[in-house]
Amino acid sequence: MNVNGFLAVAHLTFLEARRRRVVTAALACGLAYLLLFAAGVYFLLIVHRPARPLPLILVRAQLQGFTLVGLYAVNLLSVAIAIMLAVDSLSGEISSGIMQTLASKPIRRADIVLGKWAVYMIMIALYIFIMVAGVIATMRLLTGFSQPHLLAASSLMILQAAVLLSIVVAGGVRLQTVANGTVAFAIYSIAVIGGWVEQIGVAVGNDNARYIGTAISLATPTDVLWRRAVHVLEPTALLGGIVGPFSATTVPSAAMVWWALGFTAGCLLLAIHWFRNRAL
Amino acid sequence: MNDVAIQTVALRKEYAANVAVADLWLNVRRGEVFGFLGPNGAGKTTSIKMLLGLVEPSGGSGTMLGAPLTDRSARARVGFLPEHFRFHDCLTARELLRAHGQLLGIRRPVLGHRIDELLARVHLRDAQHRPLRQFSKGMVQRIGLAQALIGEPELVFLDEPTSGLDPLGRLLVREIIEELRTRGTTVFLNSHLLGEVEATCDRVVFVKQGRTVREMSLRETPSQVEIEVRIDRVDAAVLQGLSAFGHNVRQEHDVIRIQAATDDAIPQIARWLVQQGIGIRGLGSHRKSLEEWFVEVMGADQSPG
Repeated sequence: MNVNGFLAVAHLTFLEARRRRVVTAALACGLAYLLLFAAGVYFLLIVHRPARPLPLILVRAQLQGFTLVGLYAVNLLSVAIAIMLAVDSLSGEISSGIMQTLASKPIRRADIVLGKWAVYMIMIALYIFIMVAGVIATMRLLTGFSQPHLLAASSLMILQAAVLLSIVVAGGVRLQTVANGTVAFAIYSIAVIGGWVEQIGVAVGNDNARYIGTAISLATPTDVLWRRAVHVLEPTALLGGIVGPFSATTVPSAAMVWWALGFTAGCLLLAIHWFRNRAL
Repeated sequence: MNDVAIQTVALRKEYAANVAVADLWLNVRRGEVFGFLGPNGAGKTTSIKMLLGLVEPSGGSGTMLGAPLTDRSARARVGFLPEHFRFHDCLTARELLRAHGQLLGIRRPVLGHRIDELLARVHLRDAQHRPLRQFSKGMVQRIGLAQALIGEPELVFLDEPTSGLDPLGRLLVREIIEELRTRGTTVFLNSHLLGEVEATCDRVVFVKQGRTVREMSLRETPSQVEIEVRIDRVDAAVLQGLSAFGHNVRQEHDVIRIQAATDDAIPQIARWLVQQGIGIRGLGSHRKSLEEWFVEVMGADQSPG
């Protein structure tokens, strides 16, 4: 890797993202969400207390459920940001001609792809950490509930964003901006539906549904990482048996995490290969 | 040091069935201002992109500043202002120049000094902290020119560098090209404004349907005088006799045109015609403009692009 070229592209990408106020907008939306979340927790858990105290296990399930809802929303925001940050980056610069003055400099095209990816990834990771910290702090301050295994769960959410970011970066070399965004959101939606199909398949004992869901998870390892994060956050399966985004009826294996890492690397290699051969 | 800035041998680019550049032969000397001329769709921009590594050639070979076209390191000594100049419009003029300087690997103290110089040179010092989205088209083109020069290149590609500029802006570009020539920088200029090319270029090459069809010097060769003769009687013997005073003798209606080295041939022609007993109705000369050369070289089969 040409460190100078990589750093120069990374610096330019950071400068551009800062100037476009993408991160500021994302943080503003995140803050608005956290305020809404805090209001929800306050009114539903603090103000609206049941007349008789609930059994401890139910109280814990309730707090755990609220935390998962909060983190799921953060997960959705991070998915949207991973797609929106990079969707116009390569495709927009290629179609507008901006890329011509960049790629005619003495830098490798791989450094352009990797420099952009690295900056976006750092931004998304920081965003996820900040937002997760916000949700956890809200729960802690208002209810005293402390969610364990946050680092592992946050890492899985970051990996999910990395998978999507890599798909968008690779798509940006070959597709126009709108098509690229559409494909990325479609891939994520298919992954979510695939996850539901798999969970329902397991719940009702239908192997075909389970296999289809697993195949979709392999083809688009995004939602499966959230489901593993849910399992990490809720290992005692307090909310078990419920099919949906806040529970993990089936626990995705650790191998799926390695697969997602390999998938991310594969998408990046594909992006570099395509970009290297792309006429600008 | 090799005195060739750019050399291509049968460079070719095809996209599926479409041939963008068929057979490009170039030999650009170091330090000269070289005009690259041709109608729209002749493959000029694709040729420049091949030289800069933006498009991979389908065939042929070439060198730039002594290195193969695939050699990235040579591009550190090259500047480029594209035809459709677009930059990150959220950046300020100063940030843009700094970013492009960093892409060339220029160190910080040198870069700051160079940015100051270039902003002053393209008359954008007062606008250096404004984002490019607030710039007029001409201002963007001027900052694009500064971007092309940030690395103090040995070779600069200017693809239609004055398309968005007013007359003062064009004059500025012409001055900058003169400064580059004085400094020994090679300038590769692609422009449809032939008057400008004529005023600035040392040599030009004409490209037609992706092929180099003619190369000519605008500085060294004086053989660009066309003598026009109007006489009473024209026959094969007269045309044969006139060919002694120049080349490419041809009759167009009642005018005989002769290409000659200089207009010194005019009195000799007059003397010869009188000796032959041929009445002279008119005798004069004019230097062919680049536009006339362009029309002649491109031929009648070209339609406006």
